[in-house]
Amino acid sequence: MIVASPKSITELKNLVAPHSKVLFVGCGTCVTVCLAGGEREVSIASYAVRMARRIEGKPIEIAQTTIERQCENEFIKDLAEPAAKAEAIVSFGCGAGVQAIAERFPAKPVYPALNTQFLGILEEQAIWTEKCLGCGDCMLADFGGICPVTRCAKRMLNGPCGGSTETACEVDHDRPCAWQLIYNRLKGIDQLARLEAIVPPKDWSTAWHGGARRIVRKEHRL
Amino acid sequence: MIETKQEVTAGAAHTGATHAGAAPAARWEPQIVAFCCNYCAYAAADLAGSKRMQYPANVRIIHAPCTGKIEMEHILDAFEKGIDGVLVAGCLEGGCHFLEGNLRARGRTDRIREILEEIGVGAERLKMVNLSAAMAPAFVQRVEEIVEAVRALGPSPLKSSRRKESAGEP
Repeated sequence: MIVASPKSITELKNLVAPHSKVLFVGCGTCVTVCLAGGEREVSIASYAVRMARRIEGKPIEIAQTTIERQCENEFIKDLAEPAAKAEAIVSFGCGAGVQAIAERFPAKPVYPALNTQFLGILEEQAIWTEKCLGCGDCMLADFGGICPVTRCAKRMLNGPCGGSTETACEVDHDRPCAWQLIYNRLKGIDQLARLEAIVPPKDWSTAWHGGARRIVRKEHRL
Repeated sequence: MIETKQEVTAGAAHTGATHAGAAPAARWEPQIVAFCCNYCAYAAADLAGSKRMQYPANVRIIHAPCTGKIEMEHILDAFEKGIDGVLVAGCLEGGCHFLEGNLRARGRTDRIREILEEIGVGAERLKMVNLSAAMAPAFVQRVEEIVEAVRALGPSPLKSSRRKESAGEP
């Protein structure tokens, strides 16, 4: 899922500073699961911003709603009515959600309430880790299901660097060495022979580096 | 749901206008809400009553099934409505009837304290304490402490801003 983290209350307050009537929109998918932009987080942020503005003597009216997915027009259309009553919209969705809403309401300012971070998983209660870079050319089969492109700080494709230890990455000692994990995993599934093959330099043209990507699936087009 | 909240706020503002229009109160007294867990603090408060122990009348107790059931919004709502301080009283750590409700409440109250500090209400207006059902004197002491702490801080800035807003109303 997409993992995001909330902006501070002060940042949020500054974003809506020019307005007196805004709509806070949560997203019921990824950012609800990562406890950053669901119904509850929208409610808490609303309380905080409302109180902060009242203390400043500039009260603000905040309407709240949470839609199932901010990245789909089908769900965004439910916002038409509350959005019409607001001067601006604050999206608690990921960057895709913010942009989808902005596209749908060209005359309304749309502000992000979150910092979108990465594609990752819930490691344990309230701890998320990055697992996928979205490089567009998945190599997980070669590495026993552990991605060195994402999880090795140096993106090494042919074994660990000289600085790592059996347990930790050289760059961040709290992070496991991806290549140690790959070795353990391949050993566990009896595929250590995969490490004999030299992996050529990665073709990054499928990744973001060529600009925003687009996928067209002809079989599903109407 | 949103409309309900607005109605409540409007109702509260109206009440404030009535107060603002009336003769000024002789002396400001802090208003404190205490969210008390059924299995410890609420029983401790009950015991304090049975033992005829006195504690400040500034505190209004809200009976909660567990401090883990107290949502962050409940506490924020109290502050938005102009309450001067909130006490969250849960079981001793390791002694929660639901194993970890009080630990969850601790994390949430800590986060709200950060928010309160950031927006200018002040972290000291919210306090979480841990005690057992037998600790009636400790309950009384904690209540006295927060009342004194909030008295020293003065009225909540949200209370005064609400008065100001409503005073300006026709």
